[in-house]
Amino acid sequence: MAVVEIRGLTKHFGQVKAVDGVDLSIQEGELLVILGPSGCGKTTLMRSIAGLEQPTAGEVLIGGRVVNGLPPRARQVAMVFQSYALYPHMTVFNNIAFPLKAQGGMTTEARKEKVEWAASLLGVEHLLDRKPRQLSGGERQRVALCRALVREPTVLLLDEPLSNLDAKLRASARDELQRFQRRLGITTIFVTHDQVEAMGLGDRIAVMNQGKVRQIGTPQEIYHESGDTFVATFLGSPGMNLMEREDCLLGFRPEHFLPQEAAEGRHNLTTFSLKVTRIEYLGADRLVYGVVDSVAGETRTVAKLPSTVTLSIESGESYPFFVQKQHLRFFDKATGTRTEPNPL
Amino acid sequence: MQESAVYEVAGRARLRYLTDREGLLGPLFLMPAVVYIVALVGVPFFLAIAFSLSNVSVGDTSLNYVGLENFRTIIRTPQFERALINSVLFTVVAQAIIIVLANILALILSEDFRGKWVARMLIMLPWATPIALGTIGWLWLLDSKFSPIDWVLVNVGLLGPGTLLGPRNHMTFLGREELAMASVIVVHVWRMLPLSAVILLAGLTSIDRDLLDQAEVDGASFWRTLFQIKLPLILPIMSIALLFGIIFTFTDMTVVFVLTRGGPVYYTQVLPVWSFFKGIQGGALAEGAAVALFLFPVLLAVAILMLRAARRMEIT
Repeated sequence: MAVVEIRGLTKHFGQVKAVDGVDLSIQEGELLVILGPSGCGKTTLMRSIAGLEQPTAGEVLIGGRVVNGLPPRARQVAMVFQSYALYPHMTVFNNIAFPLKAQGGMTTEARKEKVEWAASLLGVEHLLDRKPRQLSGGERQRVALCRALVREPTVLLLDEPLSNLDAKLRASARDELQRFQRRLGITTIFVTHDQVEAMGLGDRIAVMNQGKVRQIGTPQEIYHESGDTFVATFLGSPGMNLMEREDCLLGFRPEHFLPQEAAEGRHNLTTFSLKVTRIEYLGADRLVYGVVDSVAGETRTVAKLPSTVTLSIESGESYPFFVQKQHLRFFDKATGTRTEPNPL
Repeated sequence: MQESAVYEVAGRARLRYLTDREGLLGPLFLMPAVVYIVALVGVPFFLAIAFSLSNVSVGDTSLNYVGLENFRTIIRTPQFERALINSVLFTVVAQAIIIVLANILALILSEDFRGKWVARMLIMLPWATPIALGTIGWLWLLDSKFSPIDWVLVNVGLLGPGTLLGPRNHMTFLGREELAMASVIVVHVWRMLPLSAVILLAGLTSIDRDLLDQAEVDGASFWRTLFQIKLPLILPIMSIALLFGIIFTFTDMTVVFVLTRGGPVYYTQVLPVWSFFKGIQGGALAEGAAVALFLFPVLLAVAILMLRAARRMEIT
């Protein structure tokens, strides 16, 4: 059964349509990632689920019950903000105990037990007497999670909770977050603009742009079977190459675009001549920027060469590159949506 | 012709050379502030100390050192105790009322509603009005014969023979001991409230929006958010508002001077007004200075304590 269901959700701020008719359903115990560029409406969508924004139209259901108009306190949702929003004047203990106090109907003893249980889940028992300013970024994030979990909410909402951590810590926090979510089996909605985070964490990903959900699916689905040109170019680093043809747009990912020398043992090739303009050496990969002639004139194209391809490439020269036919994708020229492969 | 142009360029270069030197410009730009502070704060302050330790008066302007004699004299005066108690009472009660009302007002003004800027402007008016004029307005409102407040009370049936507030048709606000003190306090609250409210409003607006959203998601009620989140977070700023309030109220003489002149009898006498009557109107400069300086250590202590408290409460 869907724990959270969103039907035709729309939120306008004046003329701006922040969320524009979104339908989503999140299953019990699932970790759904909402991925999109900044300003795509993902945070507004999450705030509408939390009850911090009242939708202009549409419905939000939590546990099968329409919660439109209900304040956050009646929704059994917990949320972790990007800034963690720890109350700076309270100790960690009081921060975690705050939602329990607000809920009421608990003895001091029971509350203490509950706080200690939540603290032990994330290993922050030794920090309970400290103030937030005495904590590191990673510790703050865990305390914020503790506070969210202490009430055992039906749904956990996370708004870019990793973006304030430095790059190294982010990887381990991601790993920890996922293990933890699996262990508790708590239904989680995770908002991010970072596709690596989204791909690494999500059971399913909803890609949003301009207030609309463009595609929902597993990480594999949205990456390999992107539903439209936005999803195709937004995902991947760099995103999918698009090339205009007479009847459609042709797309292929940079890592499938390889020099002829690497073609050994591969069949069904489509070849292009790539005029190289610039090369970026990234250690594990080389990014080769260049142009390919198409019906629309020269089209900028990128190839991502693994370090196993040792061919020396000079900028200013042209080289034959290929894509295997199974890696070609086709999109409608007018709407940008995925279409069936046309015979080449 | 050509020669003068050369001179002009050279002159401009020399001027630029001078204007680029911070060592020269710094003291130059600081000068007005230094002159102002020395002439209008420093000199009078030390002059007052000198006066308070001498037997100077309007009749005899020679400064003869008499030690703490003036302080001993004023402490022995029966009026002194009354004025000191009144000053403290007046400050504490007015500030207590102001801080509560200012919090409420600031909370209302921090919300979004139609006509908010009109409300904000109206609330600032008492502070923007010259104190003397505002107080004269109140003097008329509280007049013993022609008070419009009396008229309203009579017409709604609260004042007059056989009513709640007594048989006479006038409250004579400024002629009765408790009412005179209450009136002075009310006028002070009216005048100081805008400043406190605006300071607190600035504090409330500076609270991180995420914290308030978080409190909402955590299920906190209005009162819990107010008392456990908002107020603790604006405590440092509130103590600044309180500090200003205490100093402005404790040292103010306009309200009492215009409304009651310390009367009836000495019931609303406060130290600043008494100092003025003694030193300026009574001509006893030395004793007047001693009364005025009596406030100084008190205010200094209050200022130091509050600034330290504000710093300790500062939350990073």
